[in-house]
Amino acid sequence: MAQNVFAPWDDPTETPLIQFKGVTKRFGDFVAIDNLTQDIYAREFFALLGPSGCGKTTMMRMLAGFEAPSEGQILIAGTDMAHVPPNLRAVNMMFQSYALFPHLSVWDNIAFGLKRERHTKDAVSARVEEMLKLTRLEKFAKRKPHQISGGQRQRVALARSLAKAPKLLLLDEPLGALDKKLRQDTQFELMDIQEKTGTTFVIVTHDQEEAMTVASRVAVMDEGRIMQVSTPAQIYEAPNSVYVADFIGDVNIIEGTASPSVNGYEVRWAEGHAPLVAKASQVLREGQRISLAIRPEKVSISAEKPENSVNAIEGKIIDIAYLGNLSTYHVEVAGGIMVKAQTANTRRLSRRELTWEDKVWLNWTDTAAVVLEQ
Amino acid sequence: MRRFFLIAVPYIWLLALFLVPFLIVLKISLSDTALAIPPYTPQLDFGAGWDGIRNFFAALDFENFTFLTEDALYWKAYLSSLKIAAVSTFFTLLVGYPIAYAMANARIEWRPTLMMLIILPFWTSFLIRVYSWMGILSQEGYLNQFLMSLGLISEPLIILNTNWAVYIGIVYTYLPFMILPIYAALEKLDGALIEAAEDLGCSRLSAFWLVTFPLSKGGVIAGCFLVFIPALGEFVIPSLLGGSDTLMIGKVLWEEFFSNRDWPVASAVAVVLLLLLIVPIILFQRNEQKAREADQ
Repeated sequence: MAQNVFAPWDDPTETPLIQFKGVTKRFGDFVAIDNLTQDIYAREFFALLGPSGCGKTTMMRMLAGFEAPSEGQILIAGTDMAHVPPNLRAVNMMFQSYALFPHLSVWDNIAFGLKRERHTKDAVSARVEEMLKLTRLEKFAKRKPHQISGGQRQRVALARSLAKAPKLLLLDEPLGALDKKLRQDTQFELMDIQEKTGTTFVIVTHDQEEAMTVASRVAVMDEGRIMQVSTPAQIYEAPNSVYVADFIGDVNIIEGTASPSVNGYEVRWAEGHAPLVAKASQVLREGQRISLAIRPEKVSISAEKPENSVNAIEGKIIDIAYLGNLSTYHVEVAGGIMVKAQTANTRRLSRRELTWEDKVWLNWTDTAAVVLEQ
Repeated sequence: MRRFFLIAVPYIWLLALFLVPFLIVLKISLSDTALAIPPYTPQLDFGAGWDGIRNFFAALDFENFTFLTEDALYWKAYLSSLKIAAVSTFFTLLVGYPIAYAMANARIEWRPTLMMLIILPFWTSFLIRVYSWMGILSQEGYLNQFLMSLGLISEPLIILNTNWAVYIGIVYTYLPFMILPIYAALEKLDGALIEAAEDLGCSRLSAFWLVTFPLSKGGVIAGCFLVFIPALGEFVIPSLLGGSDTLMIGKVLWEEFFSNRDWPVASAVAVVLLLLLIVPIILFQRNEQKAREADQ
């Protein structure tokens, strides 16, 4: 039975919750956001992913109202936000540093936003109790922020930002301060809470694994521009540029010239070597310079030359990175190009047959590589 | 052994420069006036052996302290000092807080310069600085000239030799002691907290009262004590800027010592002043202790 897929961005009848319309943000001479247009839909878990200084935090701060765009418009639920101060926006933010009020207890931190609105005392305390329950913090309500652990503080920050039931919740590197194990648990918790509350989440992160795990759509940013917006699977399997392919996960890039053939394209990549075969979704000119992006796990490695393989190249193992469940082989092929091949370690270490300096064959299918125009 | 010496240094310092002088003052406060050098009796006479020591202690009494309670001048002076110290502390806070706030919010490269400007007056003698206020506040002084040239007043204001001049003098002199601890508290404040408060629905003003001010309370309390404690025993400012009706215990103390040459009563006044100061000093210490615990 096919499940109803959540994809409002493919539905032309949906109206987006957030619209960036030609937004530019400059700090002096520095362009933080460069003429950016992007829609974000209600109930989405939207991740802004990029290296530091790519403008992702600026985008978030503009949504919260801490920065005003230099040019262009930001609309939330159809209203232009240009002159709406942060305290009048139905938007709440979870800060990277958590920004918990150190002089207030956990309870009072969560109640802080509610007390600013006209609620009865009972309504406030009922909502706070609900939030404490949601984040499993009941036992710590009376403690001060410095008396609880990092993970608990992170949950207080989340509870506080969710307490006012905002239309939009902004998360600025929310899990940056947690260790890896706790981070993974919290990621699932975040997704769970997002689903339960039906709030739209926009998360800023530089951790691609985190973005892939939690997000319904990921926007990969670089130098104030969005390079690609898509579902995590699309971003990984069908990156639209070398930058995106390289930023998300590990990738081998082989450059060459394309020429059409019966089965897709032949790519000449090194003098005196058989061309590689790849299928492309776009139409390429004869002799066009292209890059092939191949994920290491899609490259198989073998001691003997494989039969019936369309792409087989010979090389020498330079390095082996043992990751426990996986091993990554760094293989030098013609022209000094390093190609990484990843295999699952289904056998015990002692029975592994490939080792350093071995001559090996790498091969992949004609659909494994993504053809990227330069 | 080295640790012992390290700890001993401040104790020896305290013993030699505080406890011993205090005991001498305490002893004088229990003595009687005499026309002699020094102007009090008894003197400790080691030559007379045990009898000398016994006679010495027998001659000490609390007469001077009783005297302090009998003459209304003294308790009025204490009360008036408390009032003047409290009022000037309040004004210092009123002036100092905005300055500290502005400094803490100034651009980071400006802060050392601003800090320097706050400390700069200390490079000139305190006495000269207070003296110069006489030139500003007197009837023909710069302030009156300025206000009259603007046409704001037609008669010169009488400020010098009133309590107002004393307030101005204390606020001016002790302002850095108020600014620095408040600045230290505000500078530590994470800007994200203010943004968080605004994000949760606070206006700028309510964010200040609900977040900034409570978090700078430690600095405010420290600053108030640092102004209040020395202001209570202040002598130079009331005698230079205050009038004949400005009653402060520091002035009384000076008059007892130098005009009246009654060392024992003057010492009694000093001992009582010290006891009065111990209360706020202990409170101050407790505040600092609490701040340190909160930091951990």
